[in-house]
Amino acid sequence: MSAGLERACFGRRYMISASHRLHAEALSAAENWAAYGKCNNLHGHGHNYAVEVLVGSEVDAETGMVVNMAALDEAVRSRVLERFDHANLNLDPIFANRMPTTENLCRAVFELLDGSVEPAKLVRVRVEETENNFFEYFGE
Amino acid sequence: MIYLTRRATFSASHYYWNDAWTAEKNEQVFGRCSRRAGHGHNYTLEVTVAGEPDPVTGFVVDLKWLKDVIERVVLDAWDHRHLNLEVPEFAESKLIPTTENLAIAAWRRLDPAVTAAGGARLSRVRIYETPEIFAEYRGPHGQVFVRGVEYGGGR
Repeated sequence: MSAGLERACFGRRYMISASHRLHAEALSAAENWAAYGKCNNLHGHGHNYAVEVLVGSEVDAETGMVVNMAALDEAVRSRVLERFDHANLNLDPIFANRMPTTENLCRAVFELLDGSVEPAKLVRVRVEETENNFFEYFGE
Repeated sequence: MIYLTRRATFSASHYYWNDAWTAEKNEQVFGRCSRRAGHGHNYTLEVTVAGEPDPVTGFVVDLKWLKDVIERVVLDAWDHRHLNLEVPEFAESKLIPTTENLAIAAWRRLDPAVTAAGGARLSRVRIYETPEIFAEYRGPHGQVFVRGVEYGGGR
């Protein structure tokens, strides 16, 4: 197999600072508190989220790259960081019908980035909410 | 499918020793780890569960619940203990408490609690013995790779 046909992945980390409130309209105040605890606080709270984007493809024979990092940065900036950084996630239309938990943020980031760095494929999005927990989505 | 990981830490002591071997062979194979007075580590345990976010709460599982499960079924038995002498799965059978065996033992402790709760399945247990050394276990039928991509890096 020539070097140009080897598959590899490239990953890069980005930061988002955003606020959210976990509150389900379908639940009572007591049920919301039971489900979400402090995360149900009326005025919300925030996190520094680390978003790790992993893309994969055959390594280009001419550049030796899986993806041009500048192109990946631009895709993430325009589609994700501009949208979510220093924002209130509850107000974003993408969360109109789903709770802005980190599970759903992880999936939303994947949906927004999917197909943006062709021919490389988006392999995985990982979102770290705190240093003690993180979430991963592979697109299915 | 979302993969949710919760991290916890514990500290424990251990030594590596195979009773079937001579002292010389134990020292040869295990080196400093064979010193019978033992030594210790600050371990980091990463527990990954997989499932779909609940349509109402948006949670795969409640992270506080998972934290409590990890503390109750693993940390209460292992934290600040001598693994060879005080932890049943190693003390009773003289199973060597390597990081590999710790990952398997943690899986066996966690899997019944996660399965009983429903909604998510245990996907992976990873244990760091030091920041540079880790072992992971994905269950008796677990694949090593997920869609051809090894987990890794990131920290």
